[in-house]
Amino acid sequence: MLSGFSPNELSSYLTIGAILFTLGLFTVLTRRNAISVLMGVELILNGANINYVAFSHFGSGNADGQIYAIFVIMLAAAEAAVGLAIVLAIFQIFHTIDVEAVETLRE
Amino acid sequence: MDLSTAVFYLVAIITVGSALMVAFSRNIIYSAFSLLGTFAGIAGIYVFLGADFVAGVQLLIYVGGILVLILFAVMLTHRITDVQITNRAAGRIPALIITGVFIYLLIQTIRETSWVKVKEVVFQPTTAKIGDLFLDSYLLPFELASLVLLAALIGAVVISRKEIKE
Amino acid sequence: MDNPIQTDYLRWIVFLPLIGAIINGLLGAKIQKSMGKGAISFIACAPVVIAFGLSLVALFTLKGLNPESRFLIDRLYTWISLGSLQVDMAFAVDPLSTVMILVVTGIGGLIHIYATGYMHDDKAFWRFFAYLNLFTAAMLTLVLGDSLLLMFVGWEGVGLCSYALIGFWYQDHNNARAGNKAFIVNRVGDFGFVLGMFLLFWSLDAQGHGTLTFREIAKWASTLQGQTIWGLPVVMVATLFLFVGATGKSAQIPLHVWLPDAMAGPTPVSALIHAATMVTAGVYMIARLGFLFAMAPETLHVVAVIAAATALFAATIAITQNDIKKVLAYSTVSQLGYMFLAVGVGAYAQGVFHLVTHAFFKACLFLGAGSVIHAMGGEQDMTKMGGLRKHLPRTFITYLLATLALTGFPGTAGFFSKDGILEEAYARGGMGLWLAGLCGAGLTAFYMWRQVFMTFFGECRADEHTKHHLHESPPVMTWPLVILALGAFPVGILGLPAFLGHHRFVEWLEPVFGHGHGEAAHLSHETALLLTVISVVVALAGLGLAYLMYYRQTLSPERFSALAGGLFYRLSYNKYYVDEIYQAIFVNGTLLLARIGALFDQYVVDGIVNGSASLTRFIAWLNGLFDAYVIDGIVNAVGNITFWVGNRVRRVQTGNINSYLYGILIAVVVAIIVKLRYWS
Repeated sequence: MLSGFSPNELSSYLTIGAILFTLGLFTVLTRRNAISVLMGVELILNGANINYVAFSHFGSGNADGQIYAIFVIMLAAAEAAVGLAIVLAIFQIFHTIDVEAVETLRE
Repeated sequence: MDLSTAVFYLVAIITVGSALMVAFSRNIIYSAFSLLGTFAGIAGIYVFLGADFVAGVQLLIYVGGILVLILFAVMLTHRITDVQITNRAAGRIPALIITGVFIYLLIQTIRETSWVKVKEVVFQPTTAKIGDLFLDSYLLPFELASLVLLAALIGAVVISRKEIKE
Repeated sequence: MDNPIQTDYLRWIVFLPLIGAIINGLLGAKIQKSMGKGAISFIACAPVVIAFGLSLVALFTLKGLNPESRFLIDRLYTWISLGSLQVDMAFAVDPLSTVMILVVTGIGGLIHIYATGYMHDDKAFWRFFAYLNLFTAAMLTLVLGDSLLLMFVGWEGVGLCSYALIGFWYQDHNNARAGNKAFIVNRVGDFGFVLGMFLLFWSLDAQGHGTLTFREIAKWASTLQGQTIWGLPVVMVATLFLFVGATGKSAQIPLHVWLPDAMAGPTPVSALIHAATMVTAGVYMIARLGFLFAMAPETLHVVAVIAAATALFAATIAITQNDIKKVLAYSTVSQLGYMFLAVGVGAYAQGVFHLVTHAFFKACLFLGAGSVIHAMGGEQDMTKMGGLRKHLPRTFITYLLATLALTGFPGTAGFFSKDGILEEAYARGGMGLWLAGLCGAGLTAFYMWRQVFMTFFGECRADEHTKHHLHESPPVMTWPLVILALGAFPVGILGLPAFLGHHRFVEWLEPVFGHGHGEAAHLSHETALLLTVISVVVALAGLGLAYLMYYRQTLSPERFSALAGGLFYRLSYNKYYVDEIYQAIFVNGTLLLARIGALFDQYVVDGIVNGSASLTRFIAWLNGLFDAYVIDGIVNAVGNITFWVGNRVRRVQTGNINSYLYGILIAVVVAIIVKLRYWS
């Protein structure tokens, strides 16, 4: 894997993006703290962003990919704000942010 | 190995290492601060990809905004007394399996696909270009994005008001 | 015989009494109420008298013809036309039937007149005469019918009327039962008649000459020679069957049992039906089919033996009976035996002659007995009578004359007819038959004179009340008695034996029976005279014995009845228990069969029906179980499975975000794999 790992190779960037994505996924799946879950979501988004920018640089040469990345960052910010607001609200109600404890939607 | 490659390696290690910390750390404060490292590392990667404006935006928003927000939230919801409990992981094994499968698939895809590459990689300042694009091709998404931000703002304020407690 | 003369008045001989019967039957009650019994009497008696007149016309018409062509016929219409069976509604008259219709209408007419007096206290007067007329019509049909089938119609008709008249006073159960007995026993005989008729037709048809008309049968009878059925000659079997019918109708052994019981009917009925007419139908039938019986000597032998046995058998019973009518009933059975004896030995004419003479004096005796009963206020037991000749002089005289005739006192008609039979029996039948007849004659004399002495002579043994009521019967009842009694003598002149002159009667019947059926030509005059003397002596012996026992009372009857420990007396008095034997075997046997049938029906048939019902219920119960457990089980199981699956699946809704994510992730992974591996 390290053989082709260089800043000039597209695949290295993609690999990093994949690793981040996967770790973010892992975080989302395993963590019980709601904020940790949000952090995992950020990781996922960042992983995807790396892909965008990498393709923009290596794949097309125009800046479209970067535009997308900016949009994503923007929306991630909005989402983080709202999400954390929700988490705070849940904390106020349930006095815990353990995702497994908040199960009023359970059958 | 020349300098850029070494730096690249460093940046990569920082990013992935921080991400690992985020994923596996028991202490949520540690996770949050690792996230900082991750964001920084990603900004470095953006630089290596010639996206200077994006790197700046990343640092500004993610590190300066979102990370702070997360830290605030952690602080607000953190119970100082019981540190251990807050970040226990649940169901690690199935998650590992699934994610293992996933990463494997991704790696395979990356290696086997013959990516369409541009003939020559060009490093140039992108800010002007992005500005142009925002007001030219991507004007509509730009405006809509501002609407979304407005909605998120209002929503966040509404949700987190104290009046929820009846 | 081949060219019968067509007439159209013969039908009225039958139809007039029939019309009288219909009028009295349908309207009798109203007529009796509005116009009184006199009107009924007229409606009843007039047709018979007119019929008698018409019979006389027929007689003189025949007399004016050649002996070979003495045959009148009255064809009305074709009754049955079915293939080879052609039967017309036609009445025929030849010398034989002339005799019969004269007897039926003549003596019948006198009895009708007598009955208007005898029955005049009865409320159902009209019904009696309706039946009486109907009987007369049926009897005339029997005699005048020109085919076996028409004769059978009359045969059944007289049986029916006999039943109706015997059980006329049906309010008393015993009378009804007697009527039933008569009809049922007759039925047994009728069955034989029908079988004989069928066999005859069938055999004739096999030869291509199927017919039931008497003339036709006579023409083609010879074709039956040699034909057999069941290994026996057809003629013998058919005539035996026919004879069975005759025994039923004419009360010979073994079907004689109904006649004594039939005395339960009013006395005029006994006189007409059971003395003069119906019971003689059997004799007439055999005489009519004489040519057929002549072809079956075995049957004739059977006839003669049974006849002789009956004659003796009945006479032995009559000597101990105390009921005045029962004595006469058994006497009738016995005398009928004599008639059959004559026919059985081939002396048809003699048999018919005895029929005629017997009709006269037996009717007279019965009517006389009726007069006695009427005077005694209904009493029929002779032991309670006695000395009645002072109170009932005319009845006494006629009774005396009739008894003289019946017992064969020389000079009376009975003497000539009975003696004629005995002669024939001796000549053609042999010693045995003649001896039986002779003994019977002796016993006849004994019991008749016993009756006379017990009833009319000696002290009156009736109680005071009855004695006061003793009176002679009205003229309407005594005049017929006189006529009948007087008739007993001149009729005898018709039958003078050879050594005294022409036997006119036999001569008259020659066209019917052919030559040589008359006199016992091969008997020498001396033998004939000897036989006659012997029979006279026997008759006088009987008279003497009765005189000593019942008049002088020197010989006590008890000494005789005590013979053999009273066994003979008891056997005789209880009619040899024949009725009891029949009751045990036939009646109870049939009832037993009926009961077995009922049990079979109840247990087997009903058992099967109930069993199938139970089986059906059982199957239905099984069905119910099946429905409850299997069907409902399936339905319930479906519901339960749904619940169970729902329970399990419900757990997907964990409310846990992680698990949702898992779901999504797994789905995505699977989708990617599928895309990479299986799609290009």
